[in-house]
Parts: sequence; structure tokens; C-alpha cells
Amino acid sequence: MSPLEIVILLPLLAALAIWLGAPARATSVGAAVVNLVITLGLVFSFKAASAGKAGFAFESARIVLDNPAITFGVGADGVALILTLLTALVTFAAVWQIGDDKPAIYHIASLLIAAGALGAFLSTDVFFLYAFHELALIPTFLMIGLYGHGEPEHRKAVAWKTTIYLGAGSLILLAGLVWLVLEFSGGGKLTFDLQALRAQAALTPLPIEKQAQIFFVLLLGFGTLVSLFPLHSWAAPAYATAPTPVAMLHSGVLKKFGLYGLLRIALPLLPQGAQVAWVQEALLFMLLGNILVMGLVTINQKRLDDVLANSSVMHMGYIFLGLAAGTEIALRGAVLLMFAHGISIALLFALAGRMRNQLGTLEFSKLGGLGEHAPAFTVLFAFGAFASIGLPGLANFAGELMVFVGSFMNYGSTSFGPLQWAVIVSLWGVVMSAVYMLRAYRSLFHGSAMSGLFMRDPALSQRLPLILLAAVLLIVGCCPWLLLNLIKSDLAAVVAP
Amino acid sequence: MSVFSIEVGLAILGLFLLALEAFMPAITRRTLAAISMGGVAFAFLLFLLVNKSATQMPEFLQAYQQLDTLAIFYKGFSLLITFLVLWLTSQCAGYLSKYTVDGRLSEMFSLPLIVCAGMMWMAGAKDLVTVFVSLELVTVSFYVLVAFARKSALALEAGVKYLILGALSTGILVYGIAWVYGATGSLTFEGIAKALANPETVKLPVLLGAALLLAGLGFKVAAAPFQMWVPDVYQGAPIPVTTFLSVGSKAAGFVILTRVIDTFFIQGSLIASEVHGLLLVGGALTVLLGSLPAIFQTSVKRLLAYSSISHAGYLLLALSAHGSTRLDLSAGGVVAFYLATYLPMTVLGFLVLAILRINGGGEDVTDFRGLAKRSPLLAFVMTVALASLAGLPLTAGFMGKLFVFLGLVDQAAWGALAAAVVGAAAGFYYYFKTILAMYTSDASSSSQPLPLNLWTKVGAVALAISIVVLGVYPRPLQSMLMESPATASAAAH
Repeated sequence: MSPLEIVILLPLLAALAIWLGAPARATSVGAAVVNLVITLGLVFSFKAASAGKAGFAFESARIVLDNPAITFGVGADGVALILTLLTALVTFAAVWQIGDDKPAIYHIASLLIAAGALGAFLSTDVFFLYAFHELALIPTFLMIGLYGHGEPEHRKAVAWKTTIYLGAGSLILLAGLVWLVLEFSGGGKLTFDLQALRAQAALTPLPIEKQAQIFFVLLLGFGTLVSLFPLHSWAAPAYATAPTPVAMLHSGVLKKFGLYGLLRIALPLLPQGAQVAWVQEALLFMLLGNILVMGLVTINQKRLDDVLANSSVMHMGYIFLGLAAGTEIALRGAVLLMFAHGISIALLFALAGRMRNQLGTLEFSKLGGLGEHAPAFTVLFAFGAFASIGLPGLANFAGELMVFVGSFMNYGSTSFGPLQWAVIVSLWGVVMSAVYMLRAYRSLFHGSAMSGLFMRDPALSQRLPLILLAAVLLIVGCCPWLLLNLIKSDLAAVVAP
Repeated sequence: MSVFSIEVGLAILGLFLLALEAFMPAITRRTLAAISMGGVAFAFLLFLLVNKSATQMPEFLQAYQQLDTLAIFYKGFSLLITFLVLWLTSQCAGYLSKYTVDGRLSEMFSLPLIVCAGMMWMAGAKDLVTVFVSLELVTVSFYVLVAFARKSALALEAGVKYLILGALSTGILVYGIAWVYGATGSLTFEGIAKALANPETVKLPVLLGAALLLAGLGFKVAAAPFQMWVPDVYQGAPIPVTTFLSVGSKAAGFVILTRVIDTFFIQGSLIASEVHGLLLVGGALTVLLGSLPAIFQTSVKRLLAYSSISHAGYLLLALSAHGSTRLDLSAGGVVAFYLATYLPMTVLGFLVLAILRINGGGEDVTDFRGLAKRSPLLAFVMTVALASLAGLPLTAGFMGKLFVFLGLVDQAAWGALAAAVVGAAAGFYYYFKTILAMYTSDASSSSQPLPLNLWTKVGAVALAISIVVLGVYPRPLQSMLMESPATASAAAH
């Protein structure tokens, strides 16, 4: 049994145990800690395990169906491992910070979402990659609909909107994947195995126009799940309404699935499709929508949860930019940025959740001077906020820089094409991030305290996961090669010749 | 010992039970249930044993009955669903007996055995007369079963509707059979196929016969535009009977449709393209007319009825992919696969509905409120069942839909594919509506715990597990449905 299978199954088993009556907090935190330890072990042993291998490490495959060939196959390369580490870290923080007064379903839902994300990142079979992602659909729906913030009518509406967007997105995605599988199987046996599909793609690439069409369908499907403009309108209300652990896991981890899918399936199998002019221009248009439109929308928000939710949608634009460029540096930067954004947004949502619990409101106009009584809290928030802006020394900076540089150099071309223009325009997004984050920081923590609304620092045991996330931001920010060294040749193979 | 003797044995046991109460008025419901369930379970065991040794029907039956992979599968399927329905009936016996005139239920335990024998005969039928006779055996028994709760006005309405429309569809079916016979000069599937491949056969009468035949069968499987009776009949019939109709009767209809379609799509068939078009249009229409009205339903029982219609649509679309050789399963195999995945989720859905009903609850979505508090187990298994009905991955329902989608993309039937996608998307809404209700609790919802007996728990968990197992490890089912190399090559010649 591969250790990766344990990593995927452990949260599922823990969720089942809690449902059968095991103590919720102890079980879920225990499972999260064990998973984190296993994942760290995998990260450290990855170099040895993958030595001399072209494909995945720690792989195993169990045949589920013969034709169409579907296997429950798991395996990790550098990209998958980085995202697994992200999932393990955020899951640990998310279940740790669930209060004792919350019902067990908080833990069950968090574990199911985590298991879905882990399964999707570690599967080497397109079928299971898709299937695991759907595991999170019902928990997300129920948690937003039942335990979300705001009026019952409002949260139900948000839950439906989220579910319908995600459901429709997955169906479009499924159509694209089925199309892909049928095209690549030639006249022979249908296969969903990623390695077999890759081999087929290298052997007999599809005609360019067909590649472009399939790529576009996949872009719409995956894009809906990542809240790509203009398919994004579900995301901000969902994150602002969702209970804290769900918001952390969904925006921090699960949303990366769509990007991961593009990187794992669409780009390697349809390398030329992504470079066809109309596809690339459409993608650039959409990602600039994310950065510029959502940036302006975020600046205009009046509550902290709305700012965080909208900023999370906005930051997806940079990662898409890295994918659109397709150079190795940009792709590595995109992966790093996925990790960094996941950690920073999870930290911010965890802090916002604490503030909401203590203060009962997150409106800027009602809050101020919180830093006076809660210095540790303020420092933690500063880590998250500054990372999110892209301050050098914190993880996001390295990722954004690599994306910008890598995109600007696009295939070493000397011409100044649409991609270069997009880089220039999207740099302004960084300014917008600074505007809304610094403004939020100032109006919440500085100035004079409002009457009766002040915060205390969290107890030491409650600080632990938050400090962990902040420390990761700092460590990866100062030494990004720790993660980047895990990505060996995986992304070089993705880059179009 | 052959499969045929098991079938005859079942029918005799059914007749015996029917008569038993007349001579032994003191016999209890429990005994009746035990005898009939025991009989079916015993028959199922015998069936598994016999299958290993006897691979053919007895000599005198070979002209009318065949025993291929599909026939064996559907015979086992009939025994399984009959057993589950009898089990469901024994669970519901208490509340069902309130609706009968004298509180007796002996027909509820005997007629399903006769239905089962009919379905098993149907599975192996080689000619239209056998089909018709066994189909009538099933349908006539259902006339009684549907209207069984005589004190309920809804059940009477359902009984009358089912009787009239059932009789009408039988008439159409016979008319179709007559036309086909007149045009091809044969009643056996083999003979009809031969005539269809012969270019000298006159096309128009065959086409008319085929269309009438498909219309008659369309009534039985609830295909649009003949699906109107379904919601009312499903709502009025007792829950075990609704389950039986929804799974058993549908499977019976589809095994015949599979045989008929196999015949119509024979190499060089005169009417293949027309029938193909009918299937695609009918299937797409059925999916839409099933899933779109379902959005507006407030009764879970009616919702499951509409869901049953939309699943019939997916099954028709699966049949349309007849020419596709990309999958190891033939179109008929995909249909059988889909039905096998459809069985546990539908039975589980109706089981939960029945338990609520037994405990004095209603059948509306609002009656599901607070179920998670009243019985976490039931809420969980119902979530699994509804997720599977909606076609979420990692459940059985997704596997079935995946095969249908693969078939549609392969034959480039984009219009039908669009309808299938719209139907699936609508499914997210109406199944999730029930899920949300189960986990919502407010002042208006009941909060008293639901008492469950051990067998209910075991049955519900077993059904839920089989949904997940079929969703992540469908390989054994697929290999069971694959034609053995010998028969496949024989068919190719």
C-alpha cells in the first residue's frame, strides 16, 4: 500500500469514525497531525524515492475497470507534493481552530473537503482526479447552507449559487475530459490513465485546431472551479458566507484543483492548443478581468470578509497568467504562488473568523484600534496581509516575481506581444492589493478604539496553527528553493517546444 | 435441475401462498412474509448453483428461451429485486394493513413471486409471443398490487390510471406485434432480423410495426411521450409496489427493449437509422420531461417518480449507442450495468421514505426536515442514495452515467448529450434540495428519534455500501456483463 493512499484515506476514515461517534476534535486533529507528519516525511524522502524516475514517485495502481481503463492510481511528482503539503498544513490549521462549541459536522465536512483535495492532487488517473474533487461538493453545500454567516435566506441562496456554479462547471469539465479521452484513445481501448494519455499525446498529437477547442472547454470547466472571470461570481459570496474552516479549505486548497488540473491535464496533453492565438487571447482577457475588475471590486468592499473573499478571486489572475505564459519559470512561479496564496488566505480567513466570533462584526466603519489589546493577533494578521500584497521576504513575492518575469520573457521572444502587455497591466494589480490590504490593516488595527469593541489575543494553544502558517510564509519566502527543488523536470516537459 | 424449474417453482409457490390464506385464515403476516422471502432467497441460491452447471435451457424450451449473459443477469436481477421488495413489504406491513379492507396482506406476499417468474421468463424470451405472455403476467399482477391499499383514494386513482393506460399500451403492443409479423412473416427475433436484413422486405409496414412496438414498450418503461401516468401511479401505489414498479418493471421493459433493438439494428437492417433517431429523440425528451418537472415537486415520492422517468431517458440513450464498439460492453450491457447501479439507490431511497411513513411522517420534502437529528444513520444513507441518483462521482450513479456519456460522445450525438447534461444539472438541484432538508431542523420539524430495527439498519447500510462499491470498483459487474468470447465471435459471424 502506497503511503499516498494512506494520506488520502486517513481523513475519510476519520470522518467516518466521527460520524460513528468518535470524539470529534481529538479524531480530526489527530488525523490532521498524522497526515502532516506523513506528508513531511514524503517531502523529505522524495528526492531518494524519485531518483532516476521520469514519472511519479510513491506510485501504486489498482485496476478498477478494464475498458474504459480506469485505475485507482496514485503517485506524486514535485507539483503534487507541494500541493499535498499545502493541504496538510491548511487542514491542520482549519480543524485545530474549530471551537469546542461547534457540532461534529464541522470536523466531518473539513475532513471530507481535505480528502477530496488530497485525492485529486495525488491521483494519476483522470477519472479519480475528477471524482475526488466532487467529494467536497455536498459538504460545502451543507456547511454554507446550514452554518454559514448571515440570514438563513441569504446563506441558502449563497449555498445554491455555489453548488449550481460548481456543479455546472464540473459537468462542462466532464464533457471536456470525455472528449479528450475519446480523441486520444484513437480507435483502441479507452483509457483514463494520465501516463498512457501523455504517451499517446507525445506519439500522435491532435490537430492544432482540435487541441484548441478541447483546451477551451477544459478552460471553461476548470476555470469555473477556480473562479476565472467572468465565471467567478459564486466565489466571493461563498467564501464570505462559509464557516471559517470551510472558507480556509475551499479558498486555500480546493480552489487550486482547477489550476492543478490545467497544469496536469490540459497543458501537457494539449500543448499547442494553449498557444493558439484565440485561446490565449481569451485567457488573457479573462485573467485580466480577474486582476483588474476584481481588484477594483475589492477596493470598494466595506467588510473584512468581503475584502478577503474578493481578493482571493483576484489573486487567481496571477496564477492564470503563469499558466498562460507557459514558460518553465512562469509555471514554477505559478505553482509556488498556488502554495503561497493557499497558506496566506487560510491564515487571513482563520483570523477573520476569530474576529467575527469575538466582535460580532467585521465592518470597517465599526472597528478600529484593535492592535492595542491584541499585539500578537495584529502581527499574525500583518504576516497574512503583507504576504498577500507580495512583500519581499514572504512566500507570495517569490511566486509573483517568477510569474511576471517568466511571462515577460515568453519563449525568449523579443517581440512585444499581448502577453507582455498583460504583464504590464497586471502589475497594477499589485498596487490595488496594497491599497485594499493596507487600508484594511490600518482601519482595523490602528487609530482609536471604538467603544466596547476590542479583541484579546488568542490563547497560546490557539496561536499554534496560526504561527505555523505565518512561519511557513516566512520560510518559503526567504528560501523558496526548498519547495522549488522538489519540482524537477515535471514542468519542463509541459513547456511547448 | 434447470433455471426453468426454479421459475416454475416460484410461480407455484406464489399460487400456493395466494390460496393458503383461504384455507388457513389464522396464518400470520409474519409467517407469510417468512415463506415468501425464504422461497425467493432459496430460489436465488439455487439459481447461483444451477448457473455453474446448466448452461442451457431444457430441450423443449430451446425454441422459446435462451440463456445468454443478459438473460442470466436479468434473471438474477429479478430475484434480487423481488427479495428486496418483499423485505420492504414486511417492513411496511403494519401501516399497509390499515389501508386494506380486512387488514390482510397475503396478495402482497404472493403476487411478487408470480411477477418475478414473469420477469425471469421475459429475460430469456426469444420470440414476441413469449415476450407478450410474460409481460402480461407481470402487468396484470401489477394491476392488483398498485391498487392494493383500497382504502386510500390515491391508491384507487393510481390503480385505475395504471389499469386503463396499461391495457391501452398492451393493445398498442399487440397491434405492433401483428404488423411486424405481417411484414416479416416471423415472430422470433431471429426470423425478424433475417427479414429486416433482406432488401426485398417492404419497409413501410415494418417501420409502422416497429414504431407501435416501441410505443407499447415505451409505456412500460415510462419513456416520453408516454410517461404521463408515472407520477400519479407512483405516488398512489404502496411504497414497496412503487419500488417494484420503478426497478423491476423498468428492468423487465428494458430487457425486452434490448432484445428488440438488437433485432432492429441487425447488420443491413432496413429501419436501423429510423429506430436510432427515435431512440435519441425519445431518450433526450424523456430525460428532459423527467428532470425539469422534478424541480417543482414538493413530494419526495413524486420526485422519485420523475427521477425514475429521467433515468429511463438515460437508459434509452444508452441503447441508442448500439453501433459503438469502443467499450467492452454492448449497448445492452451498458443498460444492464446502469440498471444494476440504479437498483440499490432507488431501493434505498424508497426504504427511507417507507420508514418515515411507518413512523407517521408524510412524503413531502418538508417531512425530511430534521432527519439528521432523528436518525443520523438514515440521513447519511439517504445522502449517499441521493448523491448517487444525482450522479456524483465515487457513487454507482456516476459510473452508469459515464458509460451513457461516453456512448453519446462517441456517436457524436451532441443534441442528446446536451439534453443529458441539462438533465444531470437539474438533478443537482432537486436531489440536493432533499439533502438540505434532511440536515435542516427548525421548530416545525419533528425531533423525536426514529426507532429502527436491526434488519432495517443492516439492509440500509448494505445498500449504501453497495452504492459506493459499485462506484469505485465496478470491474466485477462489468466482467459479469461482458459477453463471453465464444458468443461474441458467434454474433460477429
